Amino acid sequence: MTPVAEQKRNETGKDLVVYFCILALAGLQFVIAYKSIDITQMFVRMLIVALVEAGLSLLFFMHLWSEKRSLMWSAGIFTTFVLLAMQYGWTDSFRVANGVPWAK
Amino acid sequence: MSQADLMMHGHPPGLTTGIPPFSVPAKKIAMWLFIIADTATFAACLVAYGFIRNASPNWPRPLHSISNVALMTFILITSSLTMMLAVQAAKTGNKASGLRLTLATAGLGLAFALLHVREWFALIGEGMTMFHNPWGTGLFGATFFSITGLHLTHVTAGVVALIAVGLRYNSGRYQADDLEVLGLYWHFVDLVWMFVVPMVYLLNLAH
Repeated sequence: MTPVAEQKRNETGKDLVVYFCILALAGLQFVIAYKSIDITQMFVRMLIVALVEAGLSLLFFMHLWSEKRSLMWSAGIFTTFVLLAMQYGWTDSFRVANGVPWAK
Repeated sequence: MSQADLMMHGHPPGLTTGIPPFSVPAKKIAMWLFIIADTATFAACLVAYGFIRNASPNWPRPLHSISNVALMTFILITSSLTMMLAVQAAKTGNKASGLRLTLATAGLGLAFALLHVREWFALIGEGMTMFHNPWGTGLFGATFFSITGLHLTHVTAGVVALIAVGLRYNSGRYQADDLEVLGLYWHFVDLVWMFVVPMVYLLNLAH
């Protein structure tokens, strides 16, 4: 087997492992959906699983791991900041649902 | 690079010297920028959905079956694998295999879209519209159709792009790099689905 063919075989093997991991994690989300737990707990568990799935997909399917580190960090930090900044409205959402805490 | 360096050596890398930023081809950088922007779009939709759901006391949980969405998830994740294999085949110069796997990815994307439309019609048949449903607040239909519709639009655009780029790759007008850039988009569509499924489907299952 030539080095190129062997490298291709190794890459395909790694991709298959990542594929089955993502499939298993997707299956885990469905299992969590049928657990008799509080909806908040369910949401947190599903979100964690989704984040792991997304991480695997980003690093190995989208090859971010093998890109220049500067690209990985720039994209990662910028996107994370934007996603976190979007969470500012949650307190207001709870206020709409429960009323102003100090109003009672 | 200081102003003095600019005067001596011309322009900083990434502007006019021909060296792309991060030493990544311009097409790939453009796709990454699009993906970052689209991440913000989907995240805004999902956060707005969470906000509305949290603030709506009569939020319904009407979905009964997960078989359709499970099949859709399996198809989309598998399409990511075929896309990756297509890029690998193209990079090793195996044109026929590259085209075959790209068209297989498009076929899986089409199957996903058809299952999605079938599910929509089933829900519409049960009386769910954008503004009304028999189970609770009408906002459920609005958020459900908006988020899944935005994703379905991405899948449909991806299928069209896969067929177009695949055929052009086969005719020699596009290279393996172009398939790789399109592959980034397709994997992103798959990645978004990983968040849409739990938030929009699984958290709304009837217990």
